Amino acid sequence: MVRYRNRFHPLGQFRGEMDRLFGDFFGCSEMAPVEGASPQTPAVNVWQRGDVIFVEAEVPGLKSENVEISVVGNELSLKGRRPDLPEQNAAYHRRERGAGDFNRILRLPAEIAGDKVEAKLIDGVLLITLPKDETAKPRRIAVTAK
Amino acid sequence: MVPESTLENAEKKHQEASAERTRTGRFYRPNVDILETPDELLLFADMPGAKSGEIDIRFEDGELAIYGPAATRQEADKSFLLVEYGVGDFYRTFRVSEQIDASKIQAEYRDGVLCLHLPKVEAVKPRKIAVQAH
Repeated sequence: MVRYRNRFHPLGQFRGEMDRLFGDFFGCSEMAPVEGASPQTPAVNVWQRGDVIFVEAEVPGLKSENVEISVVGNELSLKGRRPDLPEQNAAYHRRERGAGDFNRILRLPAEIAGDKVEAKLIDGVLLITLPKDETAKPRRIAVTAK
Repeated sequence: MVPESTLENAEKKHQEASAERTRTGRFYRPNVDILETPDELLLFADMPGAKSGEIDIRFEDGELAIYGPAATRQEADKSFLLVEYGVGDFYRTFRVSEQIDASKIQAEYRDGVLCLHLPKVEAVKPRKIAVQAH
């Protein structure tokens, strides 16, 4: 099965919109995007394991200086710029990859310990590790008998 | 009457080509930018998270095939909160009409992008012809 996906391209963004429409309809989206229904770039996968939330995005062609990540409370902001190809004196046969700025805010289901967030960018895959803040962790409450 | 050895080689080539395409599992078509300069064709393909040592590039009879297996990323014991893309091998083929010198093809994989230099055969490079005035 071959899938077409590219968040930087108008067709990819349209497809993203359709995915999101169906996702919301079936009610499986635990995380609502902060902005309205506009297409989201880059595409992200979010999962959690224990007390840590992971956010992964595919950003081929980007180096660490092209990405800006910040965390406030339970919101993660992903900003960046995909550089244009430097080639002059060339004719394009195909141009599918796209270039330009992106800016995305994700509202996570827990408060994050901002000072413990880590981000790694390897081979165009950005992985952000977000440990939950102490206050967000479930606290066991002892039941006193009287 | 075609010599037996030639037939054998042709069959083997065909098998090799189809062996890749009948792999099970999802394939993703990487997005590409293709540019032409006077000296070469340049191809950039988005292949984030591919195993660089196992990227396979073939150029035969004017057909270019690029294949990049994805390094496995997903561990089993996690609960997804949001999934907007899948992870899988990359594969795409192109019909190249330009005359390419296959022995001089160069490939580079950096930051998740495969960059291919396909130099044109000398004979087809544009030559400037000076116009002499009388």
